[in-house]
Amino acid sequence: MQRISIDPITRLEGHGKIDIFLDEQGEVANAYLQVPELRGFERFCVGRQAEDMPNITDRICGVCPEAHHMASTKALDALFHVDPPPTAKKLRELFYSIFFATDHTTHFYALAGPDFVVGPEAPALERNILGIIKKVGMDIAGKVLKMRRDGHHLIKMIGGRPVHPNWGLPGGVSRGITEAQRQEIEKLGREAIEFARFSLKLFDDIVLGNKAYLDLITGGIYTHATYNMGTVDADNRVTFYDGMIRVVGPDGKEHAKYHPKDYAEYVAERVEPWSYLKFPYLKKVGWKGFVDGVDSGVYKATPLSRLNAADGMATALAQEEYERMYSTLGGKPVHHTLATHWARLVELLYATERWVELATDPEITGPDYRILPSATPDEGVGCVEAPRGTLTHHYWSDERGILTRVNLIVGTTNNNAAINMSVKKAAQGLIHKGTVIKEGLLNTIEMAYRAYDPCMACATHTLPGQMPLEVTLRAPDGEPIDSFQQNLD
Amino acid sequence: MSDKGKLALYWAASCGGCEIAVLGIDDKILKVAEAFDIVFWPCAVDGKVRSIEKMPDKGIDLCLFNGAIRTSEQEYMARLLRQKSKVLVAFGSCAHEGCIPGLGNVANREEIFQIAYHETPSTVNPQGTRPQTETQVPEGTLYLPVFYDTVKTLDQTVPVDYYLPGCPPEPERIWDALTAILTGQLPPAGSVIGAQTTVCDECSRTRQEKKIKEFKRTWEIIPDPEVCLLEQGIVCCGIATRAGCGALCPTVGSPCLGCYGPNSGVDDFGARMITALASVIDSDDPDEIQAIIDKGIPDPIGSFYRFGLAHSQLRRSAQPFLGASIDAGKTAGAA
Repeated sequence: MQRISIDPITRLEGHGKIDIFLDEQGEVANAYLQVPELRGFERFCVGRQAEDMPNITDRICGVCPEAHHMASTKALDALFHVDPPPTAKKLRELFYSIFFATDHTTHFYALAGPDFVVGPEAPALERNILGIIKKVGMDIAGKVLKMRRDGHHLIKMIGGRPVHPNWGLPGGVSRGITEAQRQEIEKLGREAIEFARFSLKLFDDIVLGNKAYLDLITGGIYTHATYNMGTVDADNRVTFYDGMIRVVGPDGKEHAKYHPKDYAEYVAERVEPWSYLKFPYLKKVGWKGFVDGVDSGVYKATPLSRLNAADGMATALAQEEYERMYSTLGGKPVHHTLATHWARLVELLYATERWVELATDPEITGPDYRILPSATPDEGVGCVEAPRGTLTHHYWSDERGILTRVNLIVGTTNNNAAINMSVKKAAQGLIHKGTVIKEGLLNTIEMAYRAYDPCMACATHTLPGQMPLEVTLRAPDGEPIDSFQQNLD
Repeated sequence: MSDKGKLALYWAASCGGCEIAVLGIDDKILKVAEAFDIVFWPCAVDGKVRSIEKMPDKGIDLCLFNGAIRTSEQEYMARLLRQKSKVLVAFGSCAHEGCIPGLGNVANREEIFQIAYHETPSTVNPQGTRPQTETQVPEGTLYLPVFYDTVKTLDQTVPVDYYLPGCPPEPERIWDALTAILTGQLPPAGSVIGAQTTVCDECSRTRQEKKIKEFKRTWEIIPDPEVCLLEQGIVCCGIATRAGCGALCPTVGSPCLGCYGPNSGVDDFGARMITALASVIDSDDPDEIQAIIDKGIPDPIGSFYRFGLAHSQLRRSAQPFLGASIDAGKTAGAA
């Protein structure tokens, strides 16, 4: 059997590696996305002081440390049985909305953007952030850089540090904001809303205005009818910081709606011998292998999943865009993986609107941003929507608040099975007997993976923008038959 | 190829925050591109491991290596890049001291696998499956790198020329270091490139030489916003930690965690911290001092070796550290 190895692709935790096997007829028999690294947080966090967890688990990921910091801080609220005052909750959600807007901007422009703005078949050396600048002009590039710079500036101002903030505590946060800071946050937030609207307009003009791109989005090779997961508010609208977890089926009907603390009744994780990363699935549906459909417990937790799992958006402008997306793509749910990019922009707009709502809340500068817990700590679950999926932290402690047990299900991990399936399907759709393996083809396989924005793939792609790949076709005895390099020289 | 210097950046067991910090130098990255050809940076530029293998020894002028060494693949890359690089910098806390991945040394591979693949409550694994270095699937064989028992720092794996501390290093300090390298104004080989002062020297909080009777966990106290956190009983590591961040954490009311590692002349971070803490305790009775430390600091490993366990005198556990305590005033190496 022939093998195509794509190594390294960008990493999730560590490098990822894709192996595509061809059968005797030259068709794709199977594809595997392997994650070759594990760090063991669930073991080495045992014995630690519970309150240290927001500053230990944020080191799971330096791209989205804010998500781990926040899920961990919420787990501490539950562990210590303390309900933070309204100002604390609003400050956390404000911080989180700024983070979300910044992170989604990075992904859309630096990573996903080149495929659409410059084009999936464009020469590799133009299909990058520099290519975007060339196509749309320095003016737009300046807006993108400003959005990222503003976001990181505010994250540092509020949370202490631009990477790995040190701010969350059980019962609140370590410091509030002043009126002067609030004014700056509001001003930059209003500019961010305009930036988000501009981004949707750009998507309209360049992607939706081009039939070839629209066909690519709705084409079969990027489509998987799986379950979808996301966090919703009391009115079943998308929310990032706090809410109930809702799961809808491939038909869009509600499969489950549960409090995050009950996650283990609904989500199970499978171990495969060929990857260090586990494969979560819906427990009540069961594991049926790497297949989609209503009988398979495989689910997705992505921006598109969150929109599929909700009934709408909680802010006015984002709701308009939500409706427009579904009417354009033929109603809910949407299973086209590439539509995840559109959903990400709808979420970007929501995050910026929520940012301004909270920055103009009369309580946001209030002095009561912390209360001290008084109950004995024992067990707690904390959950947020990370940009790349529902993030769950679960801790148990002794009466001193020393951890005795830890469980973590991180954003990208939710999508591990679905990413494997997407890569296989794209490869099956694109590689056939006699197919000449060329760069554009590899990129279109890569796009199946990139839509999930696997952790580590976002901000780190700002230089040339496209993944380096080396593909080797090997005979069954492992002897190389042919090889192709993309962007390696 | 131009006559510019050749630069490589690599990541091993790390979180990616160092890459974000490098991108944080903003448009100065263009100045780096003026001075160097970036020949290897898998996250951002390219991933030609085979091209690196084909380069002559010392063909790379400067390699910034972040991440600790936990797997056979990471060890291979560390050895390869050492061989190919004139100057190898341990970049960031993981490569320098082991950082959070180094906390894995409280356990071993068996314990980590047992928890991750069997005991976590959401794991369903009736077959007892574990990741294998070789797996036979119907279509062929899949390979994974070996997961080691012990996390090592870069300099426990290969010789290192310089160290750049921080989790992650602040972009300003990264730029300072690159400037020093570009202008040839480097300290002696083996040095940490950074400040010679402590975080306390950068902190705007006022010290009153006040003594304390007990330590407070961070969730037990709302500290005064102006006064030294340590003098309020909070375990703040600024006193033993190398400066460079601008005391960011104390500025937002949180204690320094020690992510920049020990200041120059500090051999063991934990031992230095114990000495410093003992000095603010309002007692001359060794038993009372011990009791105050035991109560207020139930997890000395997490409090004092969160970033430096792999590189410390402790390095790793023979047995798990659960429940360990440290004698006040003695070196922590005995724990």
